[in-house]
Amino acid sequence: MSDARNKILSRLRGQQPVINETERYTALKTELPPASNLIEHFRSRMASVRAEVHLVSRDQWPTKASALLKEKGLTKVLYAPETELGKTLHNSCSDDELSRLVSRTNSVAEWKEELFFDVDAAITSTKAGIAETGSLIVWPTAEEPRTWSLVPPVHIAILDAENLYATFSEAMQAGGWHKLMPTNLLLISGPSKSADIEQTLAYGVHGPTELVVLLITET
Amino acid sequence: MQSSGDFHARVRTAVADSNLRVSFRKAMDGFMSKRLDAFPDAEALERLRLRGAEIRVNALSKLPELLERLERQCQANDIQVHWAETVEDGNNIILDIMRQHDARLLIKGKSMVSEEMALNHFLEQQGIECLESDLGEFILQLAGEPPSHIVMPAIHKTGKDIARLFKEKFPDIPYSEDVDTLTRSARRILRRRFYEAKVGLSGVNFAVAETGTLCLVENEGNGRMCTTAPQVHIAVTGIEKVVEKLSDVPPLLSLLTRSATGQAITTYFNMISSPRKPGEKDGPEEVHLVLLDNGRSHIYEDDQLINTLRCIRCGACMNHCPVYARIGGHAYGTTIPGPIGSILEPQKLGLDNIGELPTASTLCGACAEVCPVRIPIPQLLNRLRYERVRNDGTALTRGQGSSRESNIWKAWSLAHRQPTIYRIASLLVTRLRALTPNRLGAWTEARKAPRPASRSLHELAKTNGFDNE
Repeated sequence: MSDARNKILSRLRGQQPVINETERYTALKTELPPASNLIEHFRSRMASVRAEVHLVSRDQWPTKASALLKEKGLTKVLYAPETELGKTLHNSCSDDELSRLVSRTNSVAEWKEELFFDVDAAITSTKAGIAETGSLIVWPTAEEPRTWSLVPPVHIAILDAENLYATFSEAMQAGGWHKLMPTNLLLISGPSKSADIEQTLAYGVHGPTELVVLLITET
Repeated sequence: MQSSGDFHARVRTAVADSNLRVSFRKAMDGFMSKRLDAFPDAEALERLRLRGAEIRVNALSKLPELLERLERQCQANDIQVHWAETVEDGNNIILDIMRQHDARLLIKGKSMVSEEMALNHFLEQQGIECLESDLGEFILQLAGEPPSHIVMPAIHKTGKDIARLFKEKFPDIPYSEDVDTLTRSARRILRRRFYEAKVGLSGVNFAVAETGTLCLVENEGNGRMCTTAPQVHIAVTGIEKVVEKLSDVPPLLSLLTRSATGQAITTYFNMISSPRKPGEKDGPEEVHLVLLDNGRSHIYEDDQLINTLRCIRCGACMNHCPVYARIGGHAYGTTIPGPIGSILEPQKLGLDNIGELPTASTLCGACAEVCPVRIPIPQLLNRLRYERVRNDGTALTRGQGSSRESNIWKAWSLAHRQPTIYRIASLLVTRLRALTPNRLGAWTEARKAPRPASRSLHELAKTNGFDNE
């Protein structure tokens, strides 16, 4: 198909387009949320798309996480024991709580059926958050693969408020993403939903029905 | 291929369907008010639109370089890049990939380019099953209908229609009109297929040249499923979807989702830059990018019409179009309906095939006012109306043709250059005014036929002694 490539490119090169655009863009004033207000903004945005946000302190989050597992009756919950987050969770769990947690470190293909039909939830870390839109920035890794935040009916995400940015642009710049994009990078803003039937919102179409965010704050 | 005659027939059917008009009116009103709520600050919106236009104009003005850069970056990231000049090329590239993997099922995320390619039909003729996984597209596939809106494909279907359709296609599932129940049924059916499929297909909202990243905007998670669960991911896109930098993405994303559905952001924004890397536990082992031209490089050759290619497919122009709201998406008979479809499709399919579309507009200008990348749609509609009736063989647009209108204007121009012809013509018109027919096609459907005056202004002036006009 290199023939097609050359034909397309040479047609495009046949003429240098002159596009008349009379008005020019001038720098965007920052419109968005003042630094003091990031957490509140993030919370209200998340709430508006039916995500559950819990503010927790740094040492309390594992207790809150395991309480939520019990409350929601989740008995098979994926977590990554080799990460810092996984270790912290593991160390603070009682035996009953531990029995709800499962870890899978082999290729997903080897346990795809279990993942697709049997797992209740996954707990994952997040890279950062965006206050303006109420979004989690999820950067899947070998320990926390891409399907974890997608396939189980419940996704529990841990976000450190220190990593909350005002806007998407800001997060992108601060992370220097343009230099090295990962295999997959995601913004997640709420549970899976659709309005395709009569413009009525329905949740949990293909992804999680519930998104739970534990937002770690200093206070 | 569609023709203009069909267009008029489809419009008549659509306008006569009061259910359709009610459901479109309601849906469009909803879209308009949600968009308005999403942009509370008019000045900020105008600045953002300028930024959006600037990003798209910049990308188009460097298109060949950016496509090469995108190709280089994707290849450096292990994404395989394919170029397709025509729809047939594109379909065959995908067929080859399916065959290499001995795959009998292609699970699809929403992609208007695959609609443009009529990919499902093509693959099914080769014995390969295509399954739409976007809820709206899934419903339409069951019903055997094309989408009627680019963002909300099944907008013309009522809950009852869908409940009956599910009962007919899946008799084991109890009948229900409840939206949540219907959604859960679809989830269960499609979950199994996601689990089985070896190859998944998606469209692309933005392709970033700087990093070789494919961006996908969606709410349901089916786009993520199609691009994550199968061993192979094929992305198809038009060549115009490229942007230069990663930093171009946030403003465009914000314009896209707010203009389309009034959402600050969609549930998922999925940025894919490579297949599975060593050590990673999931994701496709191969990622293919198919770059489709299909007439776009031809549109690119005209300095005015090139602006058609700025489009980011938000659908705001159709949501705000008084004609679209009354006739719905199917009447257009093209992949992309509404104002943007009326300028894009005739350039692709030829004015001789579907040249009526640019006339399906009141030129009220609402489309241009809401367009997030400031495409001057009314000017382009006018330009294509002109291209359709002029017959000097200079236009680049396909299907520019001879027509009654162009001959009339030729005769008009001749008469105004030749005083003798002009005098004879005005004499004939005034003296034979009684012969004016009472029926003049569409004009007299709602009006009386115009009758020329008995004496021309020239004659009256002469009689009254005005000298030399």
